[in-house]
Amino acid sequence: MVDMARNKRQLRSNLSRVRGLGSTREGVHHWWAQRMSAVALIPLSMWFVYSLITLTGADYQSFHAWASEFGNSVFLVLFIVTLFHHAQLGVTVVIEDYVHSEAIKMAMVLVVKYGTMLFAASSVFAVLKISLAG
Amino acid sequence: MVEFMLPKNSRPKKGKTWPAPAGAGNTRTFKIYRYDPDLSENPRIDTYVVDMDTCGPMVLDALVKIKNEIDSTLTFRRSCREGVCGSCAFNIDGTNTIACTKPIADIRGDVKIYPLPHMPVIKDLVPDLSVPYAQYASIEPWLKSDTPAPTSERLQSVDERAELDGMWECILCFSCQTSCPSYWWNGDRYLGPAILLQAYRWIADSRDEAAGERLDNVDDPFRLYRCHTIMNCTNTCPKGLNPGQAIGEIKSLLINRR
Repeated sequence: MVDMARNKRQLRSNLSRVRGLGSTREGVHHWWAQRMSAVALIPLSMWFVYSLITLTGADYQSFHAWASEFGNSVFLVLFIVTLFHHAQLGVTVVIEDYVHSEAIKMAMVLVVKYGTMLFAASSVFAVLKISLAG
Repeated sequence: MVEFMLPKNSRPKKGKTWPAPAGAGNTRTFKIYRYDPDLSENPRIDTYVVDMDTCGPMVLDALVKIKNEIDSTLTFRRSCREGVCGSCAFNIDGTNTIACTKPIADIRGDVKIYPLPHMPVIKDLVPDLSVPYAQYASIEPWLKSDTPAPTSERLQSVDERAELDGMWECILCFSCQTSCPSYWWNGDRYLGPAILLQAYRWIADSRDEAAGERLDNVDDPFRLYRCHTIMNCTNTCPKGLNPGQAIGEIKSLLINRR
C-alpha cells in the first residue's frame, strides 16, 4: 500500500506527501453530528439529573414506576442513544489524535464503536422491558 | 506523532557560559538553544550575559549583538527587523513570537530562546519549515478566476475588501502553526492554523471564483477538523490575528453549503 507519510524513508516531495491521497470531503458530517448531539444533550441531561435528584432515596418500585411512565421511557431512550452516540464520536476523535499505529487505531475505534453500541442497545432494551412490561 | 518526552539524542544539555564583559553594570542573561548537526552531540543551552547599556530594546537586537560581538557561531534567521518578514520566529520566554517586536523588558528573569517547537532543527534556532511551506502550496494561495481578466484592476467594494482584514496581515512566521498541539501530533495531515487562515483568506476574497473547490479541499477529518479550538494559535500570534476564528469561519461555511 502507498505509505504517504510515516514509515519509510522517501524521496517523495513534501507537496506530494502533504496532498497525500486527497481530501475525504466528509469531515463536516462528523463535526456537525458531534455539535448537534451536544446541543440535544443539554436539556436531556438536565432532565435526567433533575429526575435522579427527585428520586433520591426512592426504592426499587418507585424507580420502576418512574421508568415505565410513557414520557420518561421516551426521554430515557433519547438520552441513552444521544449520549452513547456523542461519546463514541468524541472518543473516536481522541483516538485519531493520539494513536498513530493504523492497526491499533482501527482496533481501538472498533472497540469504542461496538462497545458503545452494546451499552446503548442493552440500556434501551432495559428501558423497553420495564416500559412494555408496565 | 505524540511524544511526551524528547528522544534521548534531542534532550538539551547544559552548555557554555559567556560572562558579562568587564565593567558592564546593567546586564541580562540569555539562555539559547544550540544544536550543531556537524557534531554528534546533544543540543545544549548556552548562556550569554549581555551588556544592556549597549544593546537595543528587542530580543532580536540581543541576538544580533551576541552574534556580532560574543559568539559568531550562533545561527538564526532574521531579515526585516520590523515585524513584516516573519523570519525571526522563535520560542521566547515559553511563547512563540517574533524576536524583532518582542521587548526584552517584557521578560522577567533569564531570557530563554528556543527554536519553534516540534519542528526538525537544522541548526541552533533554525527549524526546517519545508512541510508547512508545502502545506501552504497545497491550498493554492493565488487568485483563481474563470471570468476573463479585465483590462484594468479586478474591482472590489470597500466592504468586500474589509473581509480580508485580519488575514492579509499574516506574515507566515508559523508561530501559531508550531504552538498548536494538534499540529504537533498530526502535522503531516492537519494543515495547521497558519495554513487554514491563509485558506480562508482566499475563500473570503470576493475576486476569487474557487471557494467551493477550496472548501472541498479542506473538508477532511485531518486537514481541517483536527482543530479542537485550543486557541494557542490566537494567543501566540505576534501580529494579534485570530487564526482560530478563521478556522471557525471555514467550519461555518461548510455547514452553510450543506
